Amino acid sequence: MGGLQKKKFERGSATNYITRNKARKKLQLSLPDFRRLCILKGIYPHEPKHKKKVNKGSTAPRTFYLLKDIRFLLHEPIVGKFREYKVFVRKLKKAYAKIEWSDVERLKENKPTYKLDHIIRERFPTFIDALRDIDDALCMCFLFSTFARTGKCHVQTIQLCRRLTVEWMNYVIASRCLKKVFLSIKGIYYQAEVMGQLITWLVPYQFSHDHPTDVDYRVMATFTELYTTLLGFVNFRLYQSLNLVYPPKKLSALSASLARVVSSVEEEEAQLDQFPTEGEDMENMEAREKELKQEEKAKKLFEGLKFFLNREVPRESLAFVIRSFGGEVSWDKSVCIGSTYEVTDETITHQIVDRPSVDNQYINRFYIQPQWVYDCVNAKILLPVEDYFIGVTLPPHLSPFVEEKEGDYVPPEKLKIVAMQQGHKSVTEDEENEDEDSNEEAEEEEEDNDEEEEEEDEEEEENLKKLEEQRSKGKVKVTPGKMKVENPARLEQEEKAEEKRLAIMMMKKKEKYLYDKIMFGKKRKVREANKLAAKRKAHDDAEKAKKKARK
Amino acid sequence: MAATGSSTRASKPSPGSESGPGTGDIPRKRCPEPESEPQELLGAGPADGQDDDTDSEESDYSGLEDSGSDSDSEETGSDPDSGEEDGSKEASEETGDEDAEVQTEKNLNLQKNDEYQQDSSDEEDIRNTVGNIPMEWYADFPHVGYDLDGKKILKPLRSKDELDAFLDKMEDPDFWRTVQDPQTGRDVVLSEQQVALVKRLQKGQFGDINFNEHEPSVDFFSYDVMIHPVTNRPSDKRSFIPSLIEKEKVSKLVHAIKMGLIKPRRSQDDSKGRYYDLWASEEQGRVRDLRMHVPAPRVPLPGHEESYNPPPEYLMTPEERAVWEQQDPEDRKLAFVPRKFSSLRQVPAFERFIHERFERCLDLYLCPRQRKMRVNVNPEDLIPKLPRPRDLQPFPTTQSMVYLGHEGLVRSISPSPCGQWLLSGGDDGSARFWEVSSGRCVKKVEVCGAIKSAVWNPNQGLSLVALAVGSEVLLVTPPSTAADKQVVTATERLLSEEVESAMGEGPVIWSNAEGEELLHGIRIKIQHPKPVSQVTWHSKGDYVAAVMPDHSSHLQVLIHQVSKRRSQSPFSKNKGLVQSVAFHPIRPYFLLATQRSVRIYNLLKQELSKKLQGNAKWISSIAVHPGGDNVICGSYDCRLSWFDLDLSTKPYKTLRHHRRAVRSVAFHRSYPLFASASDDGSVIVCHGTVFSDLLQNPLIVPVKVLKGHVVTHDLGVLDVTFHPSQPWVFSSGADGTIRLFT
Repeated sequence: MGGLQKKKFERGSATNYITRNKARKKLQLSLPDFRRLCILKGIYPHEPKHKKKVNKGSTAPRTFYLLKDIRFLLHEPIVGKFREYKVFVRKLKKAYAKIEWSDVERLKENKPTYKLDHIIRERFPTFIDALRDIDDALCMCFLFSTFARTGKCHVQTIQLCRRLTVEWMNYVIASRCLKKVFLSIKGIYYQAEVMGQLITWLVPYQFSHDHPTDVDYRVMATFTELYTTLLGFVNFRLYQSLNLVYPPKKLSALSASLARVVSSVEEEEAQLDQFPTEGEDMENMEAREKELKQEEKAKKLFEGLKFFLNREVPRESLAFVIRSFGGEVSWDKSVCIGSTYEVTDETITHQIVDRPSVDNQYINRFYIQPQWVYDCVNAKILLPVEDYFIGVTLPPHLSPFVEEKEGDYVPPEKLKIVAMQQGHKSVTEDEENEDEDSNEEAEEEEEDNDEEEEEEDEEEEENLKKLEEQRSKGKVKVTPGKMKVENPARLEQEEKAEEKRLAIMMMKKKEKYLYDKIMFGKKRKVREANKLAAKRKAHDDAEKAKKKARK
Repeated sequence: MAATGSSTRASKPSPGSESGPGTGDIPRKRCPEPESEPQELLGAGPADGQDDDTDSEESDYSGLEDSGSDSDSEETGSDPDSGEEDGSKEASEETGDEDAEVQTEKNLNLQKNDEYQQDSSDEEDIRNTVGNIPMEWYADFPHVGYDLDGKKILKPLRSKDELDAFLDKMEDPDFWRTVQDPQTGRDVVLSEQQVALVKRLQKGQFGDINFNEHEPSVDFFSYDVMIHPVTNRPSDKRSFIPSLIEKEKVSKLVHAIKMGLIKPRRSQDDSKGRYYDLWASEEQGRVRDLRMHVPAPRVPLPGHEESYNPPPEYLMTPEERAVWEQQDPEDRKLAFVPRKFSSLRQVPAFERFIHERFERCLDLYLCPRQRKMRVNVNPEDLIPKLPRPRDLQPFPTTQSMVYLGHEGLVRSISPSPCGQWLLSGGDDGSARFWEVSSGRCVKKVEVCGAIKSAVWNPNQGLSLVALAVGSEVLLVTPPSTAADKQVVTATERLLSEEVESAMGEGPVIWSNAEGEELLHGIRIKIQHPKPVSQVTWHSKGDYVAAVMPDHSSHLQVLIHQVSKRRSQSPFSKNKGLVQSVAFHPIRPYFLLATQRSVRIYNLLKQELSKKLQGNAKWISSIAVHPGGDNVICGSYDCRLSWFDLDLSTKPYKTLRHHRRAVRSVAFHRSYPLFASASDDGSVIVCHGTVFSDLLQNPLIVPVKVLKGHVVTHDLGVLDVTFHPSQPWVFSSGADGTIRLFT
């Protein structure tokens, strides 16, 4: 009976968390060192469920770390290195102040360094884990590799980032695993599927950076330190998996293919024949087979095509994309090393140009704008080149990452592409021979347009129906008398709707709230989709009016 | 012969000191370095440079040309006097130089014999003993110094003016090589040799004619090991024994290394940038406890609006743009403005690129993470599974009759116990009797004032209705067609009984109607002290309760006994504003609804048996289930509360089906139905089964929303009541209509 009085905040969630300052004191680290440690070890603050309890009754805003995480950091060997480094800096300062150059030299020779290998292993226990988290690493390395050597970070870091990113790109080319490309206003997004993991990264356009002043480059540098290490190991493993030599040599131009440890042509052939032979339905198998075949086909999208890049187009990006899909690519000698053939080469099929006009055009090649390449990759088919000729207004460039669900707004261009993809499948056999008449193509296009219009009409009808339904939901009137001849289906539907309405009335408050929230979200989506559709329609109408006025 | 009295090699920085009194003030500012060299030269070197090596002389001479040309260019034309002086000075120096030359020649010969023999460091110019001082100190004196005997050396007489100088210049053939010796102040004529030397120097040649500058050099030390040492000197002892100092130093270093104070140079560790197959081995080191791990969310993938060439519908209109700019950066749906470029080459750099990456970094290491359970519910699953209304039939579904005639609100309706007739009373001061099936108004009773409440006597043996008009309660007989003859006579008997005893007592005055009113059917008037808002019959039909809502009085409810013409006030205390009252259909209970609660009184025991606390703010009406164990009560805050009297004093269920105030509620007498009427113009009919099994809770299912009444003056349906036998519901509204839903 009785017993000791229980004190507050000595058990439960209050003891599971620790504030940042306390954690810092426990680790005996300065704030920058603590920050670096957290970045390298991947320790982040947690938001406790009951903040007031954890904060010992106070409501002051504090960041909390898990005590277990901090305890885990206590035994990190790298903490010792940080302390060593601190001592080193102190000694160095002293030596400088005393003008003892020999000491300075000696100290500099013995500058403490640390390796992050064990941290990488610890944070990413398996290779797949590392691949899963490589998005940020790639983005960061690609950004750093575009930095000028202006002292925002070490030159070695920039060079290392460049090296690693080039290695990565070469791996993607070699393994043909690029899936999607997107030209955004921020930069170019790439998505590749490596070992079943979708990896997306963003590469800025090739411009010098206007370095902002409100960015702490030390934080970025620490992240980069970690990411370069991670990316290096990942690259190594990936190269190994393809039997490629690591580190590769002379790659920066993205024009040469990688050296193999073992020449493995046969192996690839063997891979093609392997199909999973599990106890599955024949249909499933067939579908899978089909999918695989399609994928294989998509991988060879540009095979047999010969591209030449003019100097005004983003060379690296285009070379990367074209080579990832099996195309041959070259550029002017003066642009970059690694060009393999000249403009004058008669076998060039496509020349990528981004200027209003070109002199000395060759008849046997297409002069197209760079967007064609990216759109083809996203559509997984070779799109008609007419829309992408020099001086032609380009069709909109759509994001391949958007997957429209039911009820979402789908831009008409996307529908067009989808139609083309489906049409392509059926006509593939016919289109094998490349000698196509332009008339045929034109006809096809017209058909496409018709289809599109029809689809649009259907869409409009659907929209109208939806609108009607929405209206009718608001007011249902029970009108007297008058026997109407009504179709029973509709009656049933109405009855069901009413049933639902009545049931909704009986919902509990909490559930009703949740239900209303969900429905609100759905309605908002519909509203947004409608808004976009309306905007598009207004735009198209305006365009039509303009055209008419011109005529 | 030497031009200066100085023998030291120290350079003299001030130019004026050298060039004599006349040239002291002439600015000579060119490059200072070459200037100082010639001064050194002029002052010292050649004149008495016997101690100097030929090498040094050489170097000195080499710079002379510059200064000569310098001084020439500067001084020509400044004034002839100074020019002349300069010239003379040069000449004097040249004489000195010549001497020097001779001496150096000698030197070369003598050097090997005795290097100190010709040492004349103290063999100064002995004509003037003043020493190495600036001669301008003597500028104001008649003399320039003292000779060896201590006698003043007087300045030579200089009475020459410009003209004399000019004449001299013209006549004296040696004028061009006459210079003034600053030591003695005398003019010296330079010899041919000296002039030649000056010329050579001006040309940049060596002063010594015989000097061969292209002589092949002979190394004193050569790479060949000679058998003889360079010097004859025996080597020191220290070169044979180990150095103590060194030893000490080494031991110190060794100690420091031993103690770890100095670390030996680390072997170059190049493994930092070397990569290997990190995941080759299966075993792992320490593993972090990842139970609470929250992986960082991925950056959302870009949509169409981020494209450099998006479809036109994704671009912002000017209005949207303005809204976007007004918004707080945190509230914006898009962090950027979608833009369209006609070609790829026009796309500029994204200026917030580094920012965004940095923010991502901050998010990764600084942002507190929390696992949020995302509600992934199919909204259909949230809807409760209720029995289908179709299975709960019968209930009224459609409007089948509208009773038109009232002008103004119809406040109260009541069907006859047989269900054939309907009584309604409204604000237009008329009570009307309708035939339910035909919708025809059979009788209209005009009264003075709005009828607040009209109730048909539930006793089938009587044909009587009660109306609340102003502060009166009228007992009216319906038209004779509305009842059997027996019933009519029974009613007549009841009304015509002479019960004098109770009349004229208490606050209530009973009186029989007369004249015109009697013709209309009004039989008895019960005069109340205050306006009556509601009347209600006991199920036996003898008692009628009247409500006179008043905050401040205990006299709010009166119960009248018709057969005895007697009234009583059941409550002696004020319980709050009484809203509504009802007799319990079976038991001797009386229900009283005040603003917030419902009280149930046992009439036999004369005590409060229960107090029901609803969540309602202002109760409008109550109804009792015919079974007697359940009460519903509607309130002005849109609620309908179902009380199970056996269960609790709190509502078993609160229904918030209406959007506006609930005005009236009603139970069906035989069917498991109840209805509520509201200001939103709708009547909601619910199925409410009460099970005889006490353990089973009542089942409440809304079955129909009936609409038809038009909302006028913010008032919708004012009263609702069921048909006594059929599953029909009557409703009266503010639009002056009565509607029947079947």
